[in-house]
Amino acid sequence: MAIKTEPFVINIGPQHPSTHGVFRMRTTLDGEVVVDMEPVFGYLHRGIEKLAEGRTYTQNIPFTDRLDYLASMSNNLAYVLAVEKLAGVPVPQRAEYLRVIMAELQRIASHLIGVGAFLNDCGAFMTPILYMIREREKILDLFEMVCGQRLTYNYMRVGGVSQDIPEEFLPALAKFVKVMPGFIDEYDQLLAENEIVLARAKGVGILPKELAINISASGPVLRASGVQWDIRKADPYSVYDRFEFDIPTGSVGDCYDRYRVRIQEMRQSVRIIKQAMEQLPSGEVLTEVPLRLRPPEGEAYGHIEAPKGELGFYLVSDNSETPYRFHIRASCLINLTALCDMMIGWKVADAIITFGSIDICMGEVDR
Amino acid sequence: MTLFDNYWIHFAIFVIIILTFVMGMVMGFIYIERRGLGRFQIRLGPNRVGPFGVLQPVADAIKVLIKEDIIPAKGDKWVFWLAPVVAFVPVLMIFAVVPFQSGALLADLNIGILYVVAVSSLAAVGVFMAGWSSNNKYSLIGAMRDVAQLLSYEIPLVLSIVGVVLIAGSLSMTKIVEAQSIPFILLQPLGFLIFFVGALAEINRTPFDLVEADSEIVAGFHIEYSGMKFAMFYLVEYCEALAMSAIITTLFLGGWKGPLLPPFLWFLIKVVGVFFLFFWIRSTIPRLRIDQVMAFAWKCLLPLALLNLLITAIQVLVLGEALPWVIVPVNLAIMAVLVVLWSKFFKLGGGRVAV
Repeated sequence: MAIKTEPFVINIGPQHPSTHGVFRMRTTLDGEVVVDMEPVFGYLHRGIEKLAEGRTYTQNIPFTDRLDYLASMSNNLAYVLAVEKLAGVPVPQRAEYLRVIMAELQRIASHLIGVGAFLNDCGAFMTPILYMIREREKILDLFEMVCGQRLTYNYMRVGGVSQDIPEEFLPALAKFVKVMPGFIDEYDQLLAENEIVLARAKGVGILPKELAINISASGPVLRASGVQWDIRKADPYSVYDRFEFDIPTGSVGDCYDRYRVRIQEMRQSVRIIKQAMEQLPSGEVLTEVPLRLRPPEGEAYGHIEAPKGELGFYLVSDNSETPYRFHIRASCLINLTALCDMMIGWKVADAIITFGSIDICMGEVDR
Repeated sequence: MTLFDNYWIHFAIFVIIILTFVMGMVMGFIYIERRGLGRFQIRLGPNRVGPFGVLQPVADAIKVLIKEDIIPAKGDKWVFWLAPVVAFVPVLMIFAVVPFQSGALLADLNIGILYVVAVSSLAAVGVFMAGWSSNNKYSLIGAMRDVAQLLSYEIPLVLSIVGVVLIAGSLSMTKIVEAQSIPFILLQPLGFLIFFVGALAEINRTPFDLVEADSEIVAGFHIEYSGMKFAMFYLVEYCEALAMSAIITTLFLGGWKGPLLPPFLWFLIKVVGVFFLFFWIRSTIPRLRIDQVMAFAWKCLLPLALLNLLITAIQVLVLGEALPWVIVPVNLAIMAVLVVLWSKFFKLGGGRVAV
């Protein structure tokens, strides 16, 4: 006698250990196989875009900290770039270099958490992520030196950065840059050829090149699918055109490629920081800008290669103190749109690691 | 020694000994695992309760005892209540035939190892009851996984035991230990490997911890349990680990045998050593997927176990029951060749289902 079976719906999230925040996957399962998936988000919606319309341009910088809270520096940078474009504020050279150093440190910190959490989703019992948090801690110490904060930095300003680096920062950074490649080698030794990581992540959750481009994915998710697209090269902002670095890409676009691309990007970031340290000029770090900045009427779009993808701020000014429109192009949200296509037909466990390999931050998805 | 010869007194004493031993060791294991994991994960681990945190398990026990005991409104109340007991009792029963030292065991059954195999599988019933009665989809998935996994791994596990039994010429646990003038891990390296992996799967430890895979199905079968009932499952998990360590010690590591130190101490050292391996693995490698776990059991472990059985049978037939030292390097070589060959054959991966 054939047993009658039917698919059932299971809510993965919003309270679930591996939804990286309050994300809900309304999954239809046939046994262990994912038949359908409907993403539900918005649990962390704070209305930042609307709130920002009521505050001055400077007051909005702390808001950007709270988007992708694992990469606050990058968010700051993208926002101030947009405002500078809008108001035509010049930035001192030293500040540009400091911004690059901070953004690249932030990329390493964010990728460490991304990779660690991905491996946690694979079922490695906390060990990889704790090793990676060890290095992230060093980066947070560096950030604490420059701005006194460890999570929401509020360091960049329109026209530069809030303060110059203290004396002890550069030696500490030099030490970090020296040891970091060794740590990345350590992760590779432990994980890159790990038989179980290969079995779990290779060929799983493939995002084809065409689909990746069509959903306008960006960041490591896009590059893992084999598209060589990095805004640092494609539309160089700040002083990125002065550094030598490669854009690592994957070939298939599976979870393993995404994990590998992140690891290799960390190496490239270390390379950029090294160069930036050598070229770091002296001088001012902040252009005097009126506190109540009134940019001329118009619009501007500032975008950067944030750790998780292209982060853009679209600002419209009506020549008042507050932006008329404040739109965030959140890479996390856009990268998520292909999630359903990537996980259908795979097991629950694969669905979890596919989601983990996209590396999202709910603060930016829901904003 | 007339007192000990009395059946009932012997019984009573050993029940007390086993209960004390199991509870004490489980407390110890929890402490060792938490501290050890801390070291593996470059953190400290619990170090606040008592010197070096040794009283942490006690504090945990007190905590779970005073927690609220929640029963799901739409769950099956009786089954829900019964499940932890059904899971716990068989695990405790395993220790009845584990020899702590020569003659020191509750019942020297002449079919000791068969009894172990039979009883240890019973715990799955409790787990499935828990998963079913919780009326939760996560717990149901966990319970289904447990039954599938347990049934699959039982077969290579038993087949690798048969190799040991062939050499020892007895099913009795005491006789098996006495037969080990050379520890069976050397005579049966492949058998040990299969048994070890099978044991990992049987007690749901990484990389086979799909039953409670916390990143996928949150906590699996015990997701709805709280308070003392949850503690029972926690206890079951560690009792199973202890039981498996004890069985591996008895079957492959020469049980209580060892120079200088008293036999009971040797037994303890070996048990803790095996357990150390368990949580070393736990802290090192990720989890497999359910279809990969099943494929590994049926396509990799089972053929290897059968081959191992065949080779052992031939060796016993040709050389007699007392296998000489010469056979040790031969068997090690056979194991190396077979494992390497099979790993070339057998590849995990893929697994997408057309929907």
